[in-house]
Amino acid sequence: MKDDARSEMRRYAIGAVLSAALTLLAFWAVMSHGMARSTALWIVGAAALAQIVVQMRCFLHVGSSSKREDLHLILFSLVLGTLMVGGTIWIMSSLHDRMY
Amino acid sequence: MADPIFGRLDWTVTPFDDFFRDPSINEGVAAAAASAVPLGAVAVIAFLTWKGLWGPLWRDWLTSADHKKIGIMYFVLAGVMMLRGVLEGAVMRTHQVTALDGGVLSAEHFAQLFSTHGTIMIFFVATPLITGLMNYVVPLQIGARDVAFPVLNQISLGLTAAGAGLVMISLVIGKFGTGGWTMYPPYTGTTFSPGPGVDYWVWAIGISGIGSTLAGINIAVTIYKKRSPGMKFLRMPIFTWTSLCTAIMMIYAFPALTVSTAMLALDRSLDFRFFTNDLGGNMMQYANIFWMFGHPEVYIVVLPAYGVFSEIAATFSAKRIYSYNSMVIATSAIAVISFTVWLHHFFTMGQGASVNAAFGIATMIIAVPTGVKVYNWMATMFRGRVRLSVPIIYLVGFFFLFVFGGLTGVILANPTIDYQVHNSQFLVAHFHNVLIPGVLFGVLAGVHYWFPKAFGFRLHEGPARLEAYLWFGGFSLAFLPLYWLGLMGMPRRSASYDNPAFEPAMWLAVVGAAMVVGALGVAIWNFWASARDREALACPVGDPWDGRTLEWSIPSPPPEYNFYALPRVNTVDAWTVEKAVGHPYEMAPRYTDIEMPRSTAMGVVIGGASAAMGFAITWWIWWLAALSFAVIVAALIARAFVRETTRTIKAVEVEVAHRAFLREASRTPAVGRDDEIAPDNLGHARPAVPA
Ligand code: HEM
Ligand SMILES: [Cu+2]
Repeated sequence: MKDDARSEMRRYAIGAVLSAALTLLAFWAVMSHGMARSTALWIVGAAALAQIVVQMRCFLHVGSSSKREDLHLILFSLVLGTLMVGGTIWIMSSLHDRMY
Repeated sequence: MADPIFGRLDWTVTPFDDFFRDPSINEGVAAAAASAVPLGAVAVIAFLTWKGLWGPLWRDWLTSADHKKIGIMYFVLAGVMMLRGVLEGAVMRTHQVTALDGGVLSAEHFAQLFSTHGTIMIFFVATPLITGLMNYVVPLQIGARDVAFPVLNQISLGLTAAGAGLVMISLVIGKFGTGGWTMYPPYTGTTFSPGPGVDYWVWAIGISGIGSTLAGINIAVTIYKKRSPGMKFLRMPIFTWTSLCTAIMMIYAFPALTVSTAMLALDRSLDFRFFTNDLGGNMMQYANIFWMFGHPEVYIVVLPAYGVFSEIAATFSAKRIYSYNSMVIATSAIAVISFTVWLHHFFTMGQGASVNAAFGIATMIIAVPTGVKVYNWMATMFRGRVRLSVPIIYLVGFFFLFVFGGLTGVILANPTIDYQVHNSQFLVAHFHNVLIPGVLFGVLAGVHYWFPKAFGFRLHEGPARLEAYLWFGGFSLAFLPLYWLGLMGMPRRSASYDNPAFEPAMWLAVVGAAMVVGALGVAIWNFWASARDREALACPVGDPWDGRTLEWSIPSPPPEYNFYALPRVNTVDAWTVEKAVGHPYEMAPRYTDIEMPRSTAMGVVIGGASAAMGFAITWWIWWLAALSFAVIVAALIARAFVRETTRTIKAVEVEVAHRAFLREASRTPAVGRDDEIAPDNLGHARPAVPA
């Protein structure tokens, strides 16, 4: 019991520190001058993806030994994420092509 | 510059001083509407004080974490908002018959009316109605004692009520935005809408949207984790299936709304440039993100209505639902496909033809699963012993009207046609045609169906039938002529028009709107009259319709812990099978102690603080915004230290209560379906046919 609580606590602490670090990394990429725009965008994107993994792992306790429900959740999120992000990129680039 | 204490609030913000300066009909309507809010509030406060109801209201309702009470409170909230929404619709229609070359209301006032009407109807009527229905019914149908997170449930309700409160306050203090229910920038940016109106919308929607996301999480987890023993997924009632799909859709759709309103809020309050015309803003991205929520939302509100119709078709035809599996597949298909069609709300925004074609085809495809369902409902009724009572009247009305509305949707899904009729009255006809016969008829049928479960007495059948027919006729008159108006070229959101040919249809529409107001009046009267005659309408044994699912096996109203002993389920329509071949109304082999959530004020505190925060930001009262936010954070932290969150009900107590109920059930004569609406129907059903 006691040990459980302790490892639980450690997990949250690690998660909090990592999340904060990844957020700061994104801010740094944007606010430090002299970095190429595309490099900064890639860094922000990568930090965001890493942030998702950290929060899943440390806060939502999703791991290799998880249940079927967790798998449902992740797969469905992937499908919808792909639809929303992919759709947006398609729509916006079409608008971009036709409007400039 | 804003005042440090009162922000941009001062004494000129109410409509009353405008009325004194300029006593026209236009200002009179605004002042009358603005007086209704404080007068209504005072009336409620006086009534509660006179009857000494403050204590019970606080103890038994506002702080209760019981999913049944929270569901009912969602309904009360939605009912109050619906009263306002429908009256606004009627005011707009009345204005429009006078609007040939002018009209009694100013264009600005008309714009506020359609903006608040649309906002209220979608976010504070349709959404809370279905959330309340799921809240009430789902735990009962799956044999659970409560939802998975009872306190979170309370907080969801609090956040929704906070949003609704902000919209109500905007009637009296300041003005609501005029950008329609979607509030598209750049018109709603600070350049073109500097006043507080759009901020009211942003915070009302931002706050209540978070509440809806949380409600979705709660219901989905409840269905995943709290089903009673033996209830596999494919044994769940169809209403629970539609609720599961709706809840999952809420989890994924509402965050898009939160994001788009948050970005608009950043633009407005902190001078960001997401959606501005200049400096790199892109207002088309707003439409894109908003409708990523907006389209799923229409299926979020209609899927539970489909679920209600499924329960009703089976129960009132005394047959099991036709093709259960295809119902489940169709529901799940809708849930996924509805995330692939959002662009049909902006076909004319300028993207290329291939994009439009793809989304147009996806839109047409989504009509297929709904078509499957309509055939299934009809096949369920086919050769059943159909009782033509209120829920079936709504269902048949839905067949006619909803199919029509759905077909006009398929017409609109063709981008080339949409280019002609978008933003016209054709569209207004279409979406009311799916929202009213779909969502509203479904919820009204569901209210009639589950009301006896919730309160222990039925509603009078006669007035309820009159109400149903008034809704059917009123809707048809108020909206079907608009298809024609749209094809004639009348734009939506028109405060006035110059073509006299539009006038006759406008007259038809106002008659229809009056009938709908009449329907609402009959509904209110019927609640009151049925409560007055509750002795004659009582059905304490709890099964007045010869129901098929678990919620009909328990008394009406149910005990706070719902089930004396958790039922074991080994088929769909478990209660029907139990009545036909099993042992209904028997003692359980053993009883256990039951843990129920304790009451807490979390919902009230967080809801109240959120409303204060939204109000403060709208009026630039920064100290109050910071203070309210601090209260929210502090309340969440304080809650984490509360250790006694549940209270135990002793097994013996449960056993005694169950024995008393069974004695009452065995004393009560069973009635057949011919006497369903007679006073003899005390809720003990004589099963009509085996399974
Ligand atoms: C019950 C009687 C109702 C009447 C008489 C009515 C009337 C109206 C009118 C006159 C408009 C403005 C149309 C225009 O732009 O030209 C409107 C807009 C709208 N209504 Fe209704 N309505 C009713 C019920 C509902 C219901 C039940 C819902 C949704 C659940 C709803 C949702 C909307 C929405 C979303 C708009 C669009 C607002 C906008 O343009 O931003 N209405 N309605
Ligand atoms: Cu849509």
